[in-house]
Amino acid sequence: MSAQTAYEPRKSTLVPARLRSGAAIALVGTILVAATMLFGSGVSEYYYLAAYSILQFIVLGTAWNILGGYGGYVNFGTAGFFAAGCYTTIVLNKLFQLPLLVDMSAAAAIAGLMGFGTGYLTLRLRGVFFSIATLAMAIVLQTVVINWSFVGGGRGVYVVRPEISGLFASYAHLLVTLMIALATCAVLAAWAVEKSWIGIGLAAIRDNETAAETSAVPSLRLKLIAATMSGALMGMAGAPFPYYVSYVDPATAFSLAIAVNSIAMPLVGGTATWWGPVVGAILLGSVQQILTVTISSAANLFIVGVLLVVFLTAAPRGVVGVVRAWKRGRP
Amino acid sequence: MNFSWDLLVNAIITGVVLGGFYAAAAIGITIEFGMLDIVNIAHPAFMIVGAYLAYLGWNSFGFDPFVSMAVFAPFGLFFGRAFYRAYHFFFERRGDESLQGLAFFFGILFIIEIGLVLIFGVDYRSVAAPYIGPTFGIGLISVSWRMMVPFLVGLGMLAGIQLYLSRTFTGRTILAVSQDVEAVRLVGADPIRAKEIAFGIATASAIVAGILLIIIQPVEPSIGREYIGRTFAICVLGGTASVPGTLVASLILGVAETLTTTFFGPSWSPAVSFGLLLVTLAFRPAGIFGR
Repeated sequence: MSAQTAYEPRKSTLVPARLRSGAAIALVGTILVAATMLFGSGVSEYYYLAAYSILQFIVLGTAWNILGGYGGYVNFGTAGFFAAGCYTTIVLNKLFQLPLLVDMSAAAAIAGLMGFGTGYLTLRLRGVFFSIATLAMAIVLQTVVINWSFVGGGRGVYVVRPEISGLFASYAHLLVTLMIALATCAVLAAWAVEKSWIGIGLAAIRDNETAAETSAVPSLRLKLIAATMSGALMGMAGAPFPYYVSYVDPATAFSLAIAVNSIAMPLVGGTATWWGPVVGAILLGSVQQILTVTISSAANLFIVGVLLVVFLTAAPRGVVGVVRAWKRGRP
Repeated sequence: MNFSWDLLVNAIITGVVLGGFYAAAAIGITIEFGMLDIVNIAHPAFMIVGAYLAYLGWNSFGFDPFVSMAVFAPFGLFFGRAFYRAYHFFFERRGDESLQGLAFFFGILFIIEIGLVLIFGVDYRSVAAPYIGPTFGIGLISVSWRMMVPFLVGLGMLAGIQLYLSRTFTGRTILAVSQDVEAVRLVGADPIRAKEIAFGIATASAIVAGILLIIIQPVEPSIGREYIGRTFAICVLGGTASVPGTLVASLILGVAETLTTTFFGPSWSPAVSFGLLLVTLAFRPAGIFGR
């Protein structure tokens, strides 16, 4: 390394520099999936449940960040998209008994369409109207589900887990492997958006939308792409949830905790990069798992709220911002 | 769905009376969001704090809800001013209000709700007063006093706020801030101070609205969420910064909700306000009284 001068770029690298972090994400994800599949059969069920909820929040936080962090449009309705994914699985499970991957694709399509629709109606207005509309969308959807007896209405519904194939030791084992793969895909998608013209355009919109539009950034199109991707990923995160809990009611699927967590995790981690939401999700997710076991689940949600407010006031750029400031402080 | 004329007339009257209370709940959002450009989605949570203060006052000292209003509304005024100072220091000053500021209010909403659950539990709490219970009837129509009292207080509060905004110097400064902050600076008035006072008034109105809410019905911590949709729907439908618009939109929402409850069942009523909001945003984002 030291022999190299700045004038001679290295030519013999396997991966071009601008794709390096993407390759690293894919590699880490593949290794984790393979390791879980091969060696994960003996792990206790509790660790799987904890890992599942952290992985789910990596997907939700990353999905939220594509529109919220890169584009600056705050989505309060994560729970609505998540629940749309849940109830897609429930309906398909009752009607046809399809493989989970088909459920997830359908959930992605439906939640993506919801993201597109909400975005199409409100993304032309000021950002705050989009935020309120997403909240509205979640509550309208919840009311529809409560009044829809086919999916159990307000009482909720039990879901029977399908038979598992020989590769996996238990259904929890399968779900965790699947969620690692999904989280890897979500982070890769966020990374691809961030590094491409979409991410650069979104950043321009976030900093000054009028200036961006004057410089020919197709702002509505970019925001719609981000809203659709973000919604689709949230729906995919919700699709396996009914099999994970095996009983779903509207209060769980539309829980405010989902919305708060998926906003808190990117903001605590840092919204400008793909790894901010991952750091935030691992940090807050682990803290919550520990607190749920040691204190109570109401107290742990309270602490998430307090951490969110503390980070927003004291470190508005999140953990990423703190790390960068610390690096800049050193020679 | 069984239709009859006196059911319809009763639903409309009840809706109008309910609308008066909704106006009290929404006027704070009209001030904060419409005039000051502060998206305080924690406003309904402040309202629930007011309801619990009335419960505490009644439970510990035997306060009538009106005594609670006189005691706690000034507290809301001071708290709101301090709260705005902090918000301005951390977010507005840095220009962070659109992303971090919005998330901040969401966090505050969440902290208040979970905090109330941790202190009071999830049981419903209520107060007792002479006007909670009796009803009065004129012909086919019957209205209960526990609805009528909030209606009258709500109307009085809107009238007071409208007078304050249009007649006093500070009130006019607040209206000027809602139009052009820089112009206010140019003529030598302090927009931050005007915003601080306006936010204090809005918070006090939330406390009063919460006390009115506990007169109408028993409350529990998560009930505030329903009012996010209602208050923002009213504010947007009324043209965001207009006090008369807020009143008209509140009456429309009140009637729409009672009609839905009467003819389709109460489980659909949360969707009414949000549906109305989505339709307004999609087709007439300026609202009925918008410029």
